[in-house]
Amino acid sequence: MNTKKTLFDKVWDSHVVQHIENGPDVLFIDRHLVHEVTSPVAFLGLKTRGIKVMHPEKTFATADHNTPTINQHLPVEDPLSANQLRMLEENSNEFGISYWGLGHEKNGIVHVVGPEYGITQPGATIVCGDSHTSTHGAFGAIAFGIGTSEVEMVLATQCIMQTKPKSMRINVEGSLNRGVTPKDVALYIISQLTTSGATGYFVEYAGQVFRDMTMEGRMTVCNLSIEMGARGGMIAPDEKTFEYVKGREFTPTGAAWDKAMAYWETLPTEEGAEFDKEITFNAADIEPMITYGTNPGMGIGISNGIPQADAVEGGVATYKKSLQYMNFSEGDSMMGKPIDFVFLGSCTNGRIEDFRLFTSLVKGRQKAPNVTAWLVPGSHKVEKAIKDEGLLAILNDAGFELREPGCSACLAMNDDKVPAGKYAVSTSNRNFEGRQGPGSRTLLASPLVAAAAAVTGKVTDPRELMTEMVAG
Amino acid sequence: MAYDKFNTLKSSAVPLPIENVDTDQIIPARFLKATERKGFGDNLFRDWRYNGDGTEKKDFVLNNPTYSGKILVGGKNFGSGSSREHAAWAVYDYGFRCVVSSFFADIFRNNCLNIGVLPVQVSADFLDKILKAIEADPNATFEVSLPEQTITIESSGESESFDINAYKKANLLNGFDDIDYLLNIQKEIKEFASDRPL
Repeated sequence: MNTKKTLFDKVWDSHVVQHIENGPDVLFIDRHLVHEVTSPVAFLGLKTRGIKVMHPEKTFATADHNTPTINQHLPVEDPLSANQLRMLEENSNEFGISYWGLGHEKNGIVHVVGPEYGITQPGATIVCGDSHTSTHGAFGAIAFGIGTSEVEMVLATQCIMQTKPKSMRINVEGSLNRGVTPKDVALYIISQLTTSGATGYFVEYAGQVFRDMTMEGRMTVCNLSIEMGARGGMIAPDEKTFEYVKGREFTPTGAAWDKAMAYWETLPTEEGAEFDKEITFNAADIEPMITYGTNPGMGIGISNGIPQADAVEGGVATYKKSLQYMNFSEGDSMMGKPIDFVFLGSCTNGRIEDFRLFTSLVKGRQKAPNVTAWLVPGSHKVEKAIKDEGLLAILNDAGFELREPGCSACLAMNDDKVPAGKYAVSTSNRNFEGRQGPGSRTLLASPLVAAAAAVTGKVTDPRELMTEMVAG
Repeated sequence: MAYDKFNTLKSSAVPLPIENVDTDQIIPARFLKATERKGFGDNLFRDWRYNGDGTEKKDFVLNNPTYSGKILVGGKNFGSGSSREHAAWAVYDYGFRCVVSSFFADIFRNNCLNIGVLPVQVSADFLDKILKAIEADPNATFEVSLPEQTITIESSGESESFDINAYKKANLLNGFDDIDYLLNIQKEIKEFASDRPL
């Protein structure tokens, strides 16, 4: 039997409180992130049972999904949203959980603020009632999204019952081409695997591309693990990880830091460890990506045409329904298609590096008059950096404005909705029917592709505009 | 919270032979603003079921009186996307007790199991047989037996077995939930937590 362990095995096995024969493992959770949409019924359950939150000090709440991105200093207008936000505040107070609500300096998207404040750490188990919890896997943590019954479970007992998933390693070797970003790498992988290709697996990303990637890029990739069906994806912690984590508010210090480091350095997958499935891609094959359909697996290199129905995996009827919704045809080129909206933001691409990349391309140009652009930072910390680094001035000169932090048009729970029939180039994570508003049509892409669309008003290869800039 | 017990279900079924049905279709985000678990069935498949002005889309299966029953039959990769348990609540609240597909997304499957809706994964061939049986007779009935772990097309007698882990099976048969179990091993959890570094 192979005794070499993977990163995933090490973290999982060290958190198993109990293994149930022919059943799930009872897994101890180190960090529980909570937001307003998926928690009220869980807190209600605790109250009905008359029990407390077992570890309020391991539980962190922020408001992000259902918040406005303008005039956050004013009362929230929508009564249902206001009520949901008030419930989270009241529940946090009642159960002794730290709450970073609207207007709080630490407020932001739950998966952006977790890493920013050092709540996210290597070797930890992290859950949240949100499927993009996989983001935190960038630090070598096991992080995955859960349902509300499971939120209640973790609040009540700090444990979750889960069957151990199978393991998959995805290697991307070589160096990325010019204009190709972490988002493109993830969209490429999903286009190759399909949206169910990694269902039942936990992914480890390995190879030169991920070693070379910044922490923020790794977060973007791990964030999108769920879009290939995986519960989560992780990357072995290295010097970049430790450098990022060090000195943040919730990061251990002194002797505790030394102890943590000693543990974190033991985490990477051992040479010779086996995975249930292993796939290798070549970085040279990846170009800037864009999606054309209604799931994140329907993506192509931006210079390619929309595939024929008989060339794709899955049913022809479902494929045609998808293209009909988008009002696209098989064989169409994506380049030059007119667009109406651009959304820069979300837990996928709402970090400072994403804003730097977007700004680098729109600098000295002007927003196309036919485009409505929503630039939404992932957190107040990101918002502050955009101002401090001088990006805001450049964006304003180019005709763009900055909104306040939140999930915004990624899921359009607030007023940031793309109207029916309109096209949005979006740096978010899902292009499902109606995701950005009833009838909206979403083209998922990187911040660079979004920037190119924003200044040209149509789908444009960002490499055509990058003659004088360094690749992202 | 504890839920209805599930043992054997005999019912006709509602066919939705579309692949990659994501949870944004099952319940769009704008209907996630409630703070209690009720009423989600009204907005199940909202944008496939209703026009923007609230009138019914006549060609959607839930608006077709020919089809009814407590079993929803979906295409491959059912329930992908967002972790919103509201999707499972909407399926339950509408009146479904069982969802059949040839492949489920992980979180949706867990969410169903946690609220007492049984996800039954069958082979692509058997899914096709079920859909053909409904096509031949919209009132065709199916028997889903949790004790036997089988689903049977009653008209032809054809049957296929499905997987479920023994722990979850016992929970569903008895109407227990995971929190009941975890609260019973609190002492063990506390001991485990006492020497965690984080």
